[in-house]
Amino acid sequence: MSLSVEKLVCIRSDHLVFEDVSFDVSAGEALWVRGKNGAGKSSLLRICATLLKPVQGDMKWLGESCFEDPDSYRSQFLYVGHQDALKSALTVAENLNFWAQYRGDGTIDHALSEFELDPLRETPTGLLSAGQKKRVNLARLLIIKTPLWILDEPFSSLDQSYIDLVKNQMDRHLEEGGTILYSTHQPLSLSSSSSLDLDSMVSQ
Amino acid sequence: MRSFLSILRRDLKLSYRQGSAISLSLSFFVIVIVLFPLGVGPELNILSRISAGVIWVGALLACLLTLDRIFQADYEDGSLDLLVLGPLPLEMLILSKVCAHWVSSVLPLIIISPILALSMNMNLAGIWVMVLALLIGTPTLSLIGTIGAALTVGMRRGGVLLSLLVLPLYIPVLIFGVAAVEAATAVLPVTSHLLLLSGISLGAVVVGPVAAAAALRLTFD
Amino acid sequence: MAIDLHKYANPRRFLKIISAVYPWSVGATGILLVAGLYFGLFVAPPDYQQGETVRIMFVHVPAAWMALSIYTMMAVSSAVGLIWKHPVADLSAKAAAPIGASFTFLALVTGSLWGQPMWGTYWVWDARLTSMLILLFLYLGYMAIWESFEDPNKAAKAATILILVGAINVPIIKFSVDWWNTLHQPASVATMQGPKIHSSILTPLLIMILAYSSFFLMVWIIRVKAEILGRRLRIQQMNALRDK
Repeated sequence: MSLSVEKLVCIRSDHLVFEDVSFDVSAGEALWVRGKNGAGKSSLLRICATLLKPVQGDMKWLGESCFEDPDSYRSQFLYVGHQDALKSALTVAENLNFWAQYRGDGTIDHALSEFELDPLRETPTGLLSAGQKKRVNLARLLIIKTPLWILDEPFSSLDQSYIDLVKNQMDRHLEEGGTILYSTHQPLSLSSSSSLDLDSMVSQ
Repeated sequence: MRSFLSILRRDLKLSYRQGSAISLSLSFFVIVIVLFPLGVGPELNILSRISAGVIWVGALLACLLTLDRIFQADYEDGSLDLLVLGPLPLEMLILSKVCAHWVSSVLPLIIISPILALSMNMNLAGIWVMVLALLIGTPTLSLIGTIGAALTVGMRRGGVLLSLLVLPLYIPVLIFGVAAVEAATAVLPVTSHLLLLSGISLGAVVVGPVAAAAALRLTFD
Repeated sequence: MAIDLHKYANPRRFLKIISAVYPWSVGATGILLVAGLYFGLFVAPPDYQQGETVRIMFVHVPAAWMALSIYTMMAVSSAVGLIWKHPVADLSAKAAAPIGASFTFLALVTGSLWGQPMWGTYWVWDARLTSMLILLFLYLGYMAIWESFEDPNKAAKAATILILVGAINVPIIKFSVDWWNTLHQPASVATMQGPKIHSSILTPLLIMILAYSSFFLMVWIIRVKAEILGRRLRIQQMNALRDK
């Protein structure tokens, strides 16, 4: 089991979001986190990305507890959230180059071409449409290679052709032995995916 | 190290491109100092007597004004999440951002301060020491201020709380900074004041990022 | 699986001790306050320079002393909470804050009233009063931080950070303000310290300090209990959410 999660409990603003959430995901597998709005999909993904602390529960990556050694765990995944994390005054290339340098190594050319961003290379991200920004945000996945991808609604703002593009990238990642945790409202047929329904986990 | 520099470069590039931070603190600084002669009267003796204090207070307030920019923009667009997940320890990340803040928002003030000091009839010996004292003392303002910025990130009207939290902590810098200038004006030794300022700054280099990192971790809890 | 109440908000022994101490503190406050005020306002001799107005000292000086001591207590309490993870150390500091702020305010007001007959002005920037004013801001900032976070646990941690950073600064601030004041005031001017301490003055002063301390204890006990009960209530509410 690559990622193993046990009995997570999440409480936000005095409101119980979910409890007793457990799952395992192995290399080459994807887990689709489903649920209605407010079910806690984003919270769960943020917990898995160590951006939120669960009230209770444990999480292990390759057998090592993530909460005890967050730094080594953090080098093993990339998180793509709702927000684009793009600086509108910088160009697409500058934004991506920054992330490449910040995380250590990586070149952006491959990522740019895979996500069809070459024509937008020198465009300030402030001028991009929502779908284009999403693609730039997702392009980071190809700049820095990590085994685990945590994706919160990666398809929002994308039209069908780009949804297929991202799905292909995800399939390829799984083929190479990667692991993916993702949430989305539309059913997707990934090569190897199981699902976790948060609606059935909340006690209401 | 590469990560540290990449953030420094990025933040500097952003403030250069967006321009608002530099111009905001600079214009505020100039306006505050220009208001004093208008409020107090043009008598040169009085102006020169209060010049050191006025410039230091102006620098302090201008610095305060731009503090929330250290984290707010990154918090709002989701970059802060990703920065925190990176390889750089949180304290170093903060130190890098503070350096960028100081260079982009405070250094311009120091550069323009001699002109404003002349307008307040400060004598030349005082001006030279004032620049030195500002160079040594203002990093403390950025470093301690970042603690307040980290505590109030994401709060509505966090700016007011930020000022309340941070101003008492600024007072020693203000007192010794002004003392250094006044000593220079009176042709008295300034070394002890400058050394005190350096001591405070060095202490702030440690306390600032550490406390700010602890405060920032609260956002991710 | 309920969150362990005992670990977080049920320091039984602590509560038992303070509940036992409480009635004694009420009694002590009453007796000491009456005694102190009697000795200070009636028995102690007037100052040859300041006359009767020196009697304000018996209210002002202990208040200033309490203001600083309480801040120190809050810092130590918060540090204990941080290092040893004592369950209610942060609440102890939170409970003490408004009392400390009130003493600071009392010190400022009585200092100002004392200033009138001494200086002919209600406010004077002497080292003591200025330090007290800054201390008041530190208290207010601390209290504001508790109110600014929705999650009380986060508020507790933020408050701890703030008071520890403040505590490091308090000696620096005190030193700088004292130094600033001596720089700007001619040496011949008398300070707020009042006359040299003589036993007839010392006794009422000490009694007043003890009176204020037991007053603090009395009010603090009430507040700490309320904070602990509040936290208990929150945890029980959270557990109830989960057992529904």
